[in-house]
Amino acid sequence: MKNIEKIIMVVIFCFWLFGLILILSQGSEVSILDPKGQVAAKEKNLLIFASGLSLIIILPVFALIFGIAWRYREGNDKAKYKPDWDHSRLLESIWWGVPFALIVILSIVTYKSSHELDPFKPLEAETKPLTIQVIAMDWKWLFIYPEQNIATVNYVKFPAGTPVNFQLTGDGAMNSFWIPQLGGQIYAMAGMSTQINLLADEPGDFRGSSANISGRGFSDMTFIASAGSNSDFEAWVGAVKKSQKNLSENEYKKLAEPTVDHPPTYYSSVQEGLYKEVILSFLLPS
Amino acid sequence: MNNLLGRLNFDALPDDPVTIGGGIMMSLTGLLVIGFLIYTKRWKWLWNEWLTSLDPKKIGIMYIIVALLMLLRGGTDAMMIRLQQATASGGDGIFTTDLFQQVFSAHGTIMIFFVAMGLMFGLINLVLPLQIGARDVAFPFLNSVSFWLFAAGMVLMNISLVIGEFSAAGWLAYPPLSGLEYSPGVGVDYWIWSLQIAGVGSLLSGINFLVTILKMRAPGMTLMKLPMFCWSVMGSMILVIFAFPILTATLGMLSLDRLMGMHFFTSDFGGNPMMYINLIWAWGHPEVYILILPAFGIFSEVVATFSRKRLFGYTSMVWAIGAITFLSFIVWLHHFFTMGAGANVNAFFGIMTMIIAVPTGVKVFNWLFTMYRGRIHYATPMLWFLGFVTTFTIGGATGVLMSVPAIDFQVHNSLFLVAHFHNMIIGGVVFGFFAGLTYWFPKVFGFKLNEALGKVAFFCWLFGFLLAFMPLYALGILGATRRLDSYDPSMGWQGLFIVAAIGVGVIMIGLAAQILQLAYSIYKRRENMDTTGDPWNGRTLEWSTKSPAPFYNFAVIPEVNERDAFWEMKQTKQDLRAKHYQDIYLPKNTGAGIIIAGFAFMAGFALIWHIWWLAFAGLLGIIASLIIRTKNDDSEYKVPAATIKELEAKT
Repeated sequence: MKNIEKIIMVVIFCFWLFGLILILSQGSEVSILDPKGQVAAKEKNLLIFASGLSLIIILPVFALIFGIAWRYREGNDKAKYKPDWDHSRLLESIWWGVPFALIVILSIVTYKSSHELDPFKPLEAETKPLTIQVIAMDWKWLFIYPEQNIATVNYVKFPAGTPVNFQLTGDGAMNSFWIPQLGGQIYAMAGMSTQINLLADEPGDFRGSSANISGRGFSDMTFIASAGSNSDFEAWVGAVKKSQKNLSENEYKKLAEPTVDHPPTYYSSVQEGLYKEVILSFLLPS
Repeated sequence: MNNLLGRLNFDALPDDPVTIGGGIMMSLTGLLVIGFLIYTKRWKWLWNEWLTSLDPKKIGIMYIIVALLMLLRGGTDAMMIRLQQATASGGDGIFTTDLFQQVFSAHGTIMIFFVAMGLMFGLINLVLPLQIGARDVAFPFLNSVSFWLFAAGMVLMNISLVIGEFSAAGWLAYPPLSGLEYSPGVGVDYWIWSLQIAGVGSLLSGINFLVTILKMRAPGMTLMKLPMFCWSVMGSMILVIFAFPILTATLGMLSLDRLMGMHFFTSDFGGNPMMYINLIWAWGHPEVYILILPAFGIFSEVVATFSRKRLFGYTSMVWAIGAITFLSFIVWLHHFFTMGAGANVNAFFGIMTMIIAVPTGVKVFNWLFTMYRGRIHYATPMLWFLGFVTTFTIGGATGVLMSVPAIDFQVHNSLFLVAHFHNMIIGGVVFGFFAGLTYWFPKVFGFKLNEALGKVAFFCWLFGFLLAFMPLYALGILGATRRLDSYDPSMGWQGLFIVAAIGVGVIMIGLAAQILQLAYSIYKRRENMDTTGDPWNGRTLEWSTKSPAPFYNFAVIPEVNERDAFWEMKQTKQDLRAKHYQDIYLPKNTGAGIIIAGFAFMAGFALIWHIWWLAFAGLLGIIASLIIRTKNDDSEYKVPAATIKELEAKT
């Protein structure tokens, strides 16, 4: 087989593969390319911008590689052969310089976006942010609403359009809190408190999961993040308030037993300062 | 009895069918080899010619044999991972969670430590002394110790298949998951001690090869006349010397946590798991450059040779290696942008990371312009290079994407990341080492590998790679995290997982083609003999000596005036035949390396199972054999000039 035929084969194969992947990627509802919150939307734009920038290098490299590989093949006597030509100040300056210039542009974008999209930074919005404390446990997510004095497991609800300040800690191995359609992740670690600020632009149910391996039940450590209207949220809080279960210290100890694929659970009240206590239990162990 | 054997008892034997199968297969292979040796009475030959040899070429071959065997195991693990994820939509898949987690932890550990590192040190051993016109490495005995420690780590890691279990905490075993509280079994201990032993071997090799490059070059070979492969090895070995002590210390602290209940990395009692993550990546990021730099070096040699042209932009290449070596130490934090460091810290490490793309890009353009106005001969090593440039460029671009912290938040720990680093390691490191193996094979064995089967293998690897990893990029975008043993069918991920599994199958066919290639080439070796010592029209000194290279490498140490020393000699039609010979002094064989590693293995195994007396005996054994070895002043033998003359006259 001639080289040109091989190259054509590779190109056809790549297109076929690309198409196949495109077809198979349809129908998923958790794509980071289908954002439903302002943080995820900005992150998506950044991804597309940076991809475009990298194409400035990739495309010439691909054109050059196939062009040069074909033209200077053995047996093509029409092409020049200069075996001792090994240096060109101009050419080398170009490929030190151009990529460097692109990286400078990307660096500026990186610096700005690192600040703008710092997970700890409160989001700007007209409504007052809602605080939700999250404890990553073996192997489920506990959500505590300190202002509403309720708690839930593996299901979290908040109003769309209201910034949510998630404060995260862990009671077990390390996890990573990720709701792809609302925005990037942050680690939830025992004895520490991290934060992530997210906002859902529209009502809907979004998938959340742990992105970091934390043991046997880690794959099933998923939850639903549900954004509703303000009145929906109020009604939901009212319904949770009617739950028979209270998250007392004893109840928390029971919950802390390792479980896999824990069903969503609702607590009408929470022992005060539970989140802090869990952190302190690692800092000041008895 | 219980105390004598620590935690070890009959419960340690495997009980699930998959592990039993793996164990039986491994034991059978071992028995087959032993049976063959008994049948052919080859024990003495094996001991005298190979196990105790200090010849870097033989040590290199042993490294490569171990690495290729481990590639088969790591590949089997890869296939199991893909099968599990292709079948686990809404169900349990074909393996249990625990087995699956052990398998992916083993896959990463084996592929990095025992395949990539093994191939790298193997190739360096084979080629580096020849390229700089030396007869040996700086510390031949140390070289043997390094190899045997590597082998001991490998055996220890594989024994976990039969006795006990392996770690289920991922290939870098983040605490607190890898701590005593969450992983009380022996799995993490197997991980720690096999890496600890192999890691010390790597550090010793790093020192050895750096000194070799700096002190053992042929007369006239200034640093700026060094072949590019040697430059890349120099960068890599500097990284080894700085990075591996961090690994040793980190694993040491983790084992203190586990053995003595200390609290370096626990969540409570003042420990700090984040410190472990910092330290392990302060080793782990340089590690990927330790692997990729020599691969870059190989491609530099391959492209120049097969384009029949001088390497373009030599000085740029050297600066690029220098820049990569330096930068690779100040980017480790990009592995955990999501741990909550401030925006400034994240931005700094992100920017440093993307700057590495500049020298890497320079290298790619220099290779392309080495081909420009050349006469390119498409032998298999050159195909591996083309495969490398196309895949590595994609991987580099996705790497730059992830170096932006705000983008990383969305793809971190997802399959996008998994696709990225396989893109770099398969497309870069593995393709590079395969190119090197094919390229230097005739120098070591005296005959070429079959080209047709080599091309089949290449195309299987390339297409298999695309099939296996492009879907993973898509899956990552779709929100699939890594290491999932099951997922909900509503995610719609299964189709892509199946495509990826088929891709690994295609890679496996490529691997089979390579085994076939090796067997067929040995069978038909008379047709592919390399009688000239220079089968590819090479440029560097290794091609100036006979193939296979004699045990003394060069009858007379060559003198170097130019960068492509051998090419220059050929152009000026220098008479390479020596006029008069001198006595050569070479190191005597010694069993001390394998004995020390044997004791290290014993100590490692004992520490895993808490058999304290045996651990103590092992440590004592290491110290004693080292002392005995240092007392031995009679470590060299003379090859008289007359013998050399006779051997040289034979061809």
